[in-house]
This record gives sequence, structure tokens and C-alpha cells, in this order.
Amino acid sequence: MSFIELSIQIAIGLIGFSLIIIFYRILAGPSTEDRIVALDLLTSNAIAFIAVYSLQTGSIKFLDVGIIFALISFLGTVAFSFYLERRTRK
Amino acid sequence: MIELVSGILILLGALLILVSAIGIIRMPDLFTRMSATTKASTLGIGLVLIGTSFFWGDLGIIVRSIAIIIFLFLTAPVAAHIIGKAAYFDKVPIWDKTHIDELKGKYDEESHELK
Repeated sequence: MSFIELSIQIAIGLIGFSLIIIFYRILAGPSTEDRIVALDLLTSNAIAFIAVYSLQTGSIKFLDVGIIFALISFLGTVAFSFYLERRTRK
Repeated sequence: MIELVSGILILLGALLILVSAIGIIRMPDLFTRMSATTKASTLGIGLVLIGTSFFWGDLGIIVRSIAIIIFLFLTAPVAAHIIGKAAYFDKVPIWDKTHIDELKGKYDEESHELK
């Protein structure tokens, strides 16, 4: 096993473990804002997972999904926060 | 040589992503959590994408990676600012060891405008 294959395996393990940890914060987060921050981080880490996964499978088509993920993550965060802030404004 | 460089970049990026995940679970309140996640995860994703484009060496991949990195670097601070503003007005509890709250009393509670 060459160095790049080994590092891809380790990176997939590390990123998958951090996805599990972030998912715990989505489930357990005390406030709605905690869940929004965790969801934003989950989507951004999914982009990194997609990049490493494209290295593992040798297919380059997955990187387009990453661009869409970045867009959707930003729009979702802004929309959620906008309505949370509107809710507390009188 | 290219494989060595891209492997090291991917490992560094994955480590930074793990650091940001540990930060989101170990930090005491929302605002410190945000300071841990936005910085570390943005840098980690950037490193992983740079390593990926190093490995392929293809122009299309490099352009896509740079597009994702620029978009993330532009949007992550904006998103963090908007969440922080919403959280401050939603009275999310601040950690009891935080001594400085510079926004206290400077915002109008009703209309959310600066006094």
C-alpha cells in the first residue's frame, strides 16, 4: 500500500469520525442556533469527504456535488438565521 | 513526489477537520463553538481540496477546487456573523466565564438597531 492510499484511508476515517461527532451536536444542541452551526459544519465537512472519496474511487464527477453543497449550505444558514432574527424583532 | 505532497496535505486537512469537530463538542457555549468551527474547518477543507487538485493535476479539477475554496472563504465569515447576530438577539446563554460583552446596552432590544 503506497503512502497516498494509506493517507486516503486515514483521512476517510478521520472525516467520518468527525461527521459522527457533529451529528451528535445536531441531535443534542441546546439551542436552535447550535443546530444551525452544526448543520453548516456538517455540510462543509461533507465537501471534504466528497473530495477524498473522489480520490479513492478515481472518479472526478463528485466534485461538482461539492460546489452545489457549498451553495446550499450558505443559503440554508442565511435563511435559518434570517427567520430566527426576525422572530425576536418587534 | 506529487503523491507525497498531496497525501500530506490531505492528512493535515483531515486533522484540522477533526479539530473543528472536537471543538464543536467540547466548547462551552455557542460563540466559542463558532470561533472553533469556522476557522479550523475552512482551513481543513481548503487543504483537502488543494491536495486533491495536486493529485489529479487536471485543469478542470483545479478550477473547481479553487471555486469551492474561494466560495467557502467568502461565505463562512458572513454566515458566522449572521448566526452570531441571530443568537445574540435570541438570548442564547453566554458562558459564565466570559467577562466582556461589548454589545450589552448598545443595541435597541425592539428594533435591533444600533443606538
